[in-house]
Amino acid sequence: MAYSEKVIDHYSNPKNVGTLDKSKANVGTGLVGAPECGDVMRLQIEVDEVSGVIRDAKFKTFGCGSAIASSSLATEWLKGKTVDQALQIDNMDIVEELHLPPVKIHCSVLAEDAIKAAINDYRVKNGLPELVAEKKAH
Amino acid sequence: MNLELPIYLDNNATTPMDPRVLEAMLPYFTQKFGNAASRNHSFGWVAEEAVDYAREQIAKLINADPKEIILTSGATEADNLAIKGVYEMYASKGNHIITCTTEHKAVLDTCKHIEKIGGSVTYLEVKEDGLIDLAELEKAITDKTILVSIMYGNNETGVVQRVREISKIARKHGVLFFTDATQAVGKIPVDVNADGIDLMAFSGHKMYGPKGVGALYVRRKNPRVKVTAQMDGGGHERGMRSGTLNVPAIVGFGKACELCMNEMESEAKRLSAMRDRLENALMELEETYVNGNREHRLPHTSNISFKYVEGEGLMMGFNKNIALSSGSACTSASLEPSYVLKALGLGDDLAHSSLRFGLGRFTTDEQIDFTIKAIKETVLKLREMSPLWEMFKEGVDINAIEWAHH
Repeated sequence: MAYSEKVIDHYSNPKNVGTLDKSKANVGTGLVGAPECGDVMRLQIEVDEVSGVIRDAKFKTFGCGSAIASSSLATEWLKGKTVDQALQIDNMDIVEELHLPPVKIHCSVLAEDAIKAAINDYRVKNGLPELVAEKKAH
Repeated sequence: MNLELPIYLDNNATTPMDPRVLEAMLPYFTQKFGNAASRNHSFGWVAEEAVDYAREQIAKLINADPKEIILTSGATEADNLAIKGVYEMYASKGNHIITCTTEHKAVLDTCKHIEKIGGSVTYLEVKEDGLIDLAELEKAITDKTILVSIMYGNNETGVVQRVREISKIARKHGVLFFTDATQAVGKIPVDVNADGIDLMAFSGHKMYGPKGVGALYVRRKNPRVKVTAQMDGGGHERGMRSGTLNVPAIVGFGKACELCMNEMESEAKRLSAMRDRLENALMELEETYVNGNREHRLPHTSNISFKYVEGEGLMMGFNKNIALSSGSACTSASLEPSYVLKALGLGDDLAHSSLRFGLGRFTTDEQIDFTIKAIKETVLKLREMSPLWEMFKEGVDINAIEWAHH
């Protein structure tokens, strides 16, 4: 299977690999996927308390090149967005941007799940109700 | 010396053809193009003579009689012919076949077909090292059993079954023994008489011969074995496999067998030394595991799991330069990782993290050096990127986490 240039670029030079301090109130952490399924994504956001803007985003991913690229792209997109804007990121945006083939769409779904999970973690930490996400098929 | 890229380390999938094989084949495409079944003119005689000679070369490699070699289009056809052919021929004796879970799909899917048409099949599980339990085999034999089908060497792990013990058990109970020896013939000594084999499938393109040609060995004496043809036609190959013989490919197959016969011993030594060097160097990485029995193994194969990195992601780090296979699901459309590795009791996570190395006649020390370096670098890089590796390093029990399975 040939990868798109954008996938190769994110894989070779992943953006925002790393770990944020998950004990901080303004850091939300999402951990999705499963080792048995061959992909696990951990995506973290650090939110500016005053403006509600995502100041920093980091990821670590166990998975194929498309999974790594999807999470790397997601962190790029998250930075500078408000939490509400971040919720609007749709997995199909990632599919389009990275030219993912049909068999790799689940990687983009996982990235969207990771964003939502990180936002929810942040919301719960800050006394906001958890958002119930629509379930997408992986 | 300049290293030419990419490096081919997927010789269990297919091997490049030896130039000496090509040379032997060439005249049979243009000048010596006759049909080996044409009995009335010299074009046919020349072709027939070439096939006879190739049949001798093939038979010699496995210590068989040339008459016992049924030429086919490859190992898949030979597997089908052996299992379906025995099932039909020995229907009056019984309808039960014994095989094992790590067989190639050509055997497993043929067995599933047998089940669909009313036969019964026992799929023996393998132990952690990939070997079947001989006591389990003997226990599975009933008065309805007509065939034991256990592969010689596994294509993914390289594990070599104890064929002589298996054939002894089969023979003791009057059951035929068939082995898919596609990965073993030409790589290690295979002797149908010493090994007690009744039927055996093997293929040209796994031993530096051409694709599209293979053989089924069918024993003619003690016992005389027969299979029902699966293709109707001109009655070629003693009535067991109709179809005009693929003369150039058969000539190439014969030459490939002759080369293996002459060079196998030194080649096996060279390849196992190279394979062990590669394996030992990669095992220096933490949390790295060799899959399958390391002793009973083909000399050129190694299957290694690099825990906490995913196989396809790993291959992407070097697949521009090195051609390998992974047991990870992501290489196929299904999400299931290798059934062979899972049969060895590996968790899905370790199966996802595996690479298969298949060394071959043209593999060099320089290529192995390059491979060791590239894989080590990629594993370290991806572990830095892996949340599972971070958890492992922090002492988090990954199995205790409730993962959301999709």
